[in-house]
Amino acid sequence: MSMPFYVSPEQIMKDKSDFARKGIARGRSVLAMQYADGIVFVGENPNGALHKISEIYDRIAFAAVGKYNEFENLRVGGVRYADTRGYQYDRRDVTSRGLANIYAQTLGTIFTESGKPYEVELVVAEVGDNQAEDQMYRLTYDGSVAEEHGFIVMGGNSDPIASYVRERHDPKASLATALKLSVAALVQPVTDGSEARTIAGDDLEAAVLDRTRPRRAFKRLVGAPLQKLLEAKK
Amino acid sequence: MAEVPGLHGRLPAHFTTPGTSSFADFLGVAAPDLLPSRRRDLPAGLIEAPHGTTIVAVTHSNGVIMAGDRRATMGNIIAQRDIEKVFPADEYSCVGIAGTAGLAIEMVRLFQVELEHYEKLEGATLSLEGKANRLSTMIRGNLGMAMQGLAVVPLFAGYDLDMGAGRIFSYDVTGGRYEEHSFHSVGSGSVFARSALKKQFKDDVDEAAAVRLCVDALYDAADDDSATGGPDLTRKIFPVVMTVTADGLRRIPDDEIGAVVQTVVDERMTNPGG
Repeated sequence: MSMPFYVSPEQIMKDKSDFARKGIARGRSVLAMQYADGIVFVGENPNGALHKISEIYDRIAFAAVGKYNEFENLRVGGVRYADTRGYQYDRRDVTSRGLANIYAQTLGTIFTESGKPYEVELVVAEVGDNQAEDQMYRLTYDGSVAEEHGFIVMGGNSDPIASYVRERHDPKASLATALKLSVAALVQPVTDGSEARTIAGDDLEAAVLDRTRPRRAFKRLVGAPLQKLLEAKK
Repeated sequence: MAEVPGLHGRLPAHFTTPGTSSFADFLGVAAPDLLPSRRRDLPAGLIEAPHGTTIVAVTHSNGVIMAGDRRATMGNIIAQRDIEKVFPADEYSCVGIAGTAGLAIEMVRLFQVELEHYEKLEGATLSLEGKANRLSTMIRGNLGMAMQGLAVVPLFAGYDLDMGAGRIFSYDVTGGRYEEHSFHSVGSGSVFARSALKKQFKDDVDEAAAVRLCVDALYDAADDDSATGGPDLTRKIFPVVMTVTADGLRRIPDDEIGAVVQTVVDERMTNPGG
């Protein structure tokens, strides 16, 4: 009987991490950002039918980068979890904290127990009655979870985008301003110094969690209303 | 209940299994005891529970109106005088309930989640007929209870975006679904309400006229049926009235309904038959 080669746990985890990071880095970035009335999500997504940004519950949204079938799986699980809890208890008992926890446990288990980790990175965000009560969680492929404030950038070219936004982000800005900043950030050149790109309007996926909307805060921004916001002066 | 995770533990496999977009079907796998239709049969014998009474619906040139009185009865007792029996189902439809209030309200909750769940998972809303059929299935699931006297008979109305018109669907206790034209009413006072609507309905009524028709019909139902509550001017308890048009669903505010109710009552002072 042959003995399997010994591979240290450190090496296994490192290989899995490298694999997941590479997968995530291949995709286009998605950005979530606080503005005066809520949280805006913007991503580059040439595929209009397969969303990276979606509604989970009344005040909670989900955004993801990476492998579509994997984060779609998690999205469906999240909607089912939220609707079941809301039906079993009350709509107010569905929280982004609970959902982030579930996602963290799920991603963590998949990372350690299965041969191939999920190549995804997620944001779970919730708008509160005022900006201080907004919550944004970033979840990575290994089940790490971090609560962040202001904005979150995920996906391929995230470092230049994040530093561009960090210098300019204003949480009290209007939706139009936040949206324009997001689009400007997404076209930031990769660190190798190449030119900034442009994104065609059709390739943009955008949505908001707007705290001023009754009950369901999530709204997709598409077509003419999106164009109007992008062209608005201030 | 072990199947629904709390704050700890990962999502069980059935949460991420692709397949159904129906919330009720999913609950059947994840937590069947939360489904009304999976409940064990009751022991024999009559149960006294609050009953909801009269609901009316009228189509108009821009959509459809649904209205319900505010009374729930338990035998000869008024169980509640300000119950609400007309609910939004989603952005373009509403549902009114008659029959056993507790079971009906639970059914409406499940129906609301069902429609929203489908919309979130599929990224598209069900057609109006699709929604009406889902409700049918849920009523059929309650047949066991209905046989023991705990029937639920909803009335469903909505704006059909494909046809560009308001439509009304009625049901029987076995889940039979029937499309109604122009107007309909369910519940204990429905005989009187429907007769009132039949005499007064004209094609192409506008929204305001349809609201007036509904308030009149509920007044007539309360006039002849002790289980239907008339407008309560002293406590300012007025019928719940919802309108569904191409712009979506809107509950008409109490002050607007109060004004219509006041007019109806004033006119009945001199002409009690309306």
